[in-house]
Amino acid sequence: MAASVQVSAARVYDVLYKVKDPEIDSVSIVDLGMVGEVITDGNHVKIVLLPTFLGCPALEIIKKNTLNAVKELPEAGEVEVEFAYNPPWTSDRITEEGHKGLRAFGIAPPPLYFKEDGSWHVDCAYCGSTYVTMENIFGPTACRSILYCKSCKNVFEAMKPVSTLM
Amino acid sequence: MSSDETVMDTGYTEAVTSLLYQLADDDFMYSFRGSEWLGLAPHIEADIAFSSISQDSMGHAAMFYKLLEDLGAGNADKLAHFRPAIERRNSILTERVNGQGYYMETPHYDWAYAVARSYFYTQAKKVRIDSLCESSFKPLADVAVKVRMELYYHKMHWDTWFKQLMSSTEVAKKKMADAIKLVMNDFGDVFSYGDQKQQIESHGLIGSEEDLKGRWRMNIEPFFVSLHLQVPEIPEGPVKNGRNGEHSGDLDEGLATLSEVCSADTAAVW
Repeated sequence: MAASVQVSAARVYDVLYKVKDPEIDSVSIVDLGMVGEVITDGNHVKIVLLPTFLGCPALEIIKKNTLNAVKELPEAGEVEVEFAYNPPWTSDRITEEGHKGLRAFGIAPPPLYFKEDGSWHVDCAYCGSTYVTMENIFGPTACRSILYCKSCKNVFEAMKPVSTLM
Repeated sequence: MSSDETVMDTGYTEAVTSLLYQLADDDFMYSFRGSEWLGLAPHIEADIAFSSISQDSMGHAAMFYKLLEDLGAGNADKLAHFRPAIERRNSILTERVNGQGYYMETPHYDWAYAVARSYFYTQAKKVRIDSLCESSFKPLADVAVKVRMELYYHKMHWDTWFKQLMSSTEVAKKKMADAIKLVMNDFGDVFSYGDQKQQIESHGLIGSEEDLKGRWRMNIEPFFVSLHLQVPEIPEGPVKNGRNGEHSGDLDEGLATLSEVCSADTAAVW
């Protein structure tokens, strides 16, 4: 008795918007640009995720949370989650909503441009001042850098820009 | 999987497997030695950066081991932790201890050596990864594209440290000169594919040994010229070639340390 249930990709996306980065709980994995593809076939759902940084320990947690969240859909049968490297995740995949969520967490969104010498600039995540200095390109997690704002005198973080042009 | 999936004959699979072991074991040992610096680097920014670089590099090793797993070589974690030294294909350079003493007791590690090893290794990795982005083995090329983006920051970091120490006080210059000598003594197998040379080079997996050495030299030459120094020579024919499973005692010691916890309970789920 084959049930002819068809899971809609839109419904899956609704759920994925509720799966957050465990280290930045104000941004969903969709807004982080980590969802490469959602494939549905009847009640079978496959989600392809794009890892941000290869050594990121949060990846396995994200995978598990994604799996559990989608399984909650009553119409979903078998659910698969896998990582893929093509297309590679790049920081320009983060959505406008993702930028807002990062700022709310005290993290400046990644800049869209590199300067000619390969360096980059972001404004303060808190007060928006452009008067900032780079303290450390490496930060508390693989994807973040540490900066200091000379205007509001806060230390803040920035999402490292990552691009295939590097 | 990719749409242009090629039918892999045995020779091709063997060549990819050989190359992947070299890549995986290199990054695995490099990141292990890097992780032994945790809490010991000269200042906190250097400590955070080095830890982050080691974490990324361990991620790169994990990707290469995963590709081996996908090719049927066995479980990735087991490949990383439980292969004896004689089966390892990393370059001697990556297995060397950080200096005298032990991490848990009195680590008299040598920062000049850490900077020199990381600088030359990262420059070599850059050349290899660039070449791998064009690899005939698509899953490896895809991983290389990801690695390249992270490597950008590693290279920027080690370039900065290397340039600063090389242009610093007489004491620093002397320490760096000694460290470079140690590093270059072990550099003979970094670009070597060992006895797999012909097989690896003939399948379009990565550039030839000579090609990569040339590019490495071209990349670092401008900096050495600016300091009126010669680019260090890569020794011909290494005394021991890690690509053929020939290693120093440092590897045995390193493997025993890094696998201590998972050997204590091999049935544990991580």
